[in-house]
Amino acid sequence: MEWQILEQYGPMLLRGFGLTIMCWLLGTVFSMALGLLIALAQRHGPTPLRWLLQAYIEVIRGTPFLVQLFVLYYGGPLVGLRLDAVPAGLLGLTIYGSPYFAEIFRSGFRAVPIGQIEAARAIGMPEHVIIRRVLLPVALVSALPALVNFSIILTKETVILSIITVPELMYQVQRMSTETFRYLEANLVLALFFWLLVETISRFGRKLETRITHYLIERP
Amino acid sequence: MFSIPTFLDSFGPLFWAARYTLLVSGLGIALGLVIGALICAARLSGVAFLRTFAALWVSFLRGVPLLVQLLLVYFLLPVIGIDVPALVAAVVTVGICASAYISEIWRGAIGALPRGQTEAARAIGMGPGDVWTRIVLPQAVTMSLPALINELILLVKASSLVSVVGIMEITRASQAQAATTFRPMEVYLAAACIYLMINLCLAALGRYLEHRMAV
Repeated sequence: MEWQILEQYGPMLLRGFGLTIMCWLLGTVFSMALGLLIALAQRHGPTPLRWLLQAYIEVIRGTPFLVQLFVLYYGGPLVGLRLDAVPAGLLGLTIYGSPYFAEIFRSGFRAVPIGQIEAARAIGMPEHVIIRRVLLPVALVSALPALVNFSIILTKETVILSIITVPELMYQVQRMSTETFRYLEANLVLALFFWLLVETISRFGRKLETRITHYLIERP
Repeated sequence: MFSIPTFLDSFGPLFWAARYTLLVSGLGIALGLVIGALICAARLSGVAFLRTFAALWVSFLRGVPLLVQLLLVYFLLPVIGIDVPALVAAVVTVGICASAYISEIWRGAIGALPRGQTEAARAIGMGPGDVWTRIVLPQAVTMSLPALINELILLVKASSLVSVVGIMEITRASQAQAATTFRPMEVYLAAACIYLMINLCLAALGRYLEHRMAV
């Protein structure tokens, strides 16, 4: 084992790590937003739109992320969608994550007691106010653990972006290993980085959960 | 622009390559079931050392991306002097990775059994071995079936990653096909269709099992 290479490649690895975190954050936010829109459209939209969205969910959940990225990045230019690696990667993450988030939101909506919605209707709340003030707050709290869980899964999907040349941590580590031939050290460093990242996020997620479910307990 | 003949022609070689996808995910889940059972047993055992080991095992394997685990095993084995074909390395890695998730699925299923059942079994004089083989395991295994099918679907998709260590499964075969035909869109869409077919079948199987269990 030779660890000196880390001194030389340290800054590059940190840059890659920064990009990994950025891709993860933006990808999570975008796909969560798209997932929420899909879930709402499935709840309130016209039937043909619902079928279309259901097909979208099935197709994206049934195909590997790697294949989706290949279609987007290498197939895209043929139909006029010419994107750089980073935007293509972000778009890919957004598309890949959205159906999973949509399903999480859908089961969150199901957890809202129907009586609360009916009560809101009975006192004359318009539908968009019901969504904003009754449906979403209750659904979000019950969906929180699943949302955190899938965000963690997305962290690990970001390494696949390296295959379409997004220069995130995995890409930098591979560059380091092909330049120095220290494959084992490089991949060990990578594993440790991710373990730390995922453990930190899940600790934070658990804290957030106890914080928020705290408000669920009814007080006399 | 979109060449239908190329799209249709790619199905032949890709279907042929699908056998590696099925092999890696099938053997992967089989290995995962075995190791997962051991890890789950260690996690629930009374020995503190085993419990810590199992917890670390699960935390590491769930915290590190499968792609990184694959490369780690692929480059680690030669260093410690073990020379195995890429296919074996890939199946072992996929199996080990799956074992972490499967052990958690089983732990959840066992935890979901009402305590009263084991207590009742003990009260009528069953030994701990009987309680496990006749009360806990049959129910926990049936209960966990839909989750295990779900895990298998995830593995079929995850097996696309073993293309990076050179195994000619669907994704690797479509890369080769795309490089020779210069029509990536058609080829990758054909690959997506094959994955979708496999996974829709598995999902239907999962729904069937879930339905049967609900009755």
